[in-house]
Amino acid sequence: MGLEAEIPVLTTTVEKMVQWARRSSIWPVSFGLACCAIEMMAMSASRYDIARFGAEVFRGSPRQADLMIVAGRLSRKMAPALRRIYDQMPEPKWVISMGACASIGGVFDNYALVQGVDQIVPVDVYVPGCPPRPESLIYGIVQLQRKIALQKLA
Amino acid sequence: MALPDFTALVASLHEEVPGATFEAAPTVDLHATIYASRDDVPAVARALRDRPELRYSLLAELTAVDFHPREPRFELVYLLVSLEHRRRLRLKVRLRGDDARVRTVTGVWPAANWLEREVWDLFGIVFDGHPDPRRLLMPEDWEGFPLRKDYPVQIQMKPRASEPLQVSEQEFRANLQRDRLTRS
Repeated sequence: MGLEAEIPVLTTTVEKMVQWARRSSIWPVSFGLACCAIEMMAMSASRYDIARFGAEVFRGSPRQADLMIVAGRLSRKMAPALRRIYDQMPEPKWVISMGACASIGGVFDNYALVQGVDQIVPVDVYVPGCPPRPESLIYGIVQLQRKIALQKLA
Repeated sequence: MALPDFTALVASLHEEVPGATFEAAPTVDLHATIYASRDDVPAVARALRDRPELRYSLLAELTAVDFHPREPRFELVYLLVSLEHRRRLRLKVRLRGDDARVRTVTGVWPAANWLEREVWDLFGIVFDGHPDPRRLLMPEDWEGFPLRKDYPVQIQMKPRASEPLQVSEQEFRANLQRDRLTRS
């Protein structure tokens, strides 16, 4: 993008424009599974304030969201519900796997929990921690923004 | 809260259920514990609830313990509360592993409905005559009973990503058709 000196016009390509728009308004779906969701809420509240990165609008409906933060351990019984919510989100959509449980099962190495949500949905960014601090999750979202900025349209 | 007298308890139970066998068990808390035999369960439960000197009207908890590999393997534990007499009672029932079934007490305490479903779900103990014998916590198509001591806890399975269809294809198409008709 470049600002022309003489006339008030901005020149850019459609692709860069779309990438900028997408990465600057990531709307996560309100979806918390366990204690990680508390940190996710803290991230969206005023102290850490994810609004600074354009991602503060947690949507109640997956049809209005384009980011799913899998915040917590996923039980096998919950897995179909998670997949259904993901399927209901319109394209383009991204997934952040938040915390140890969502990423690899965490301390719960047992029959009841899915050992990594990447068995259910495609994950773009893994945020480590148990639970991750809000700063970590913000860093994860910034990483996702970088990733979106590199996504080609065609 | 004093411990209720075991002899008095058995005497009043025998008036309702003659011939039933009971066994006292030592307790470290103030909850008296008695063992009843499996076949007497609904009758003893009803007596415990209805006898005016007992009145255990509240089933606070129903759970089970697996003593694998000991036989009899399971112990059902009924935690009862008498609000009227401010007393608690722990009723236990021993069950063999190869014959882990007992009659339901949902007719005595409606609270037993989900508790018995949970015990069936996690221990595989069958409650004969239960009005709704489905699993409570695990997915409905789950195999095995996770709280049994011989259950492979760290089992690795591929998780299911979709629910099985709740309606048949014909029903689905009929619903679509019906919705189109009502909308237009």
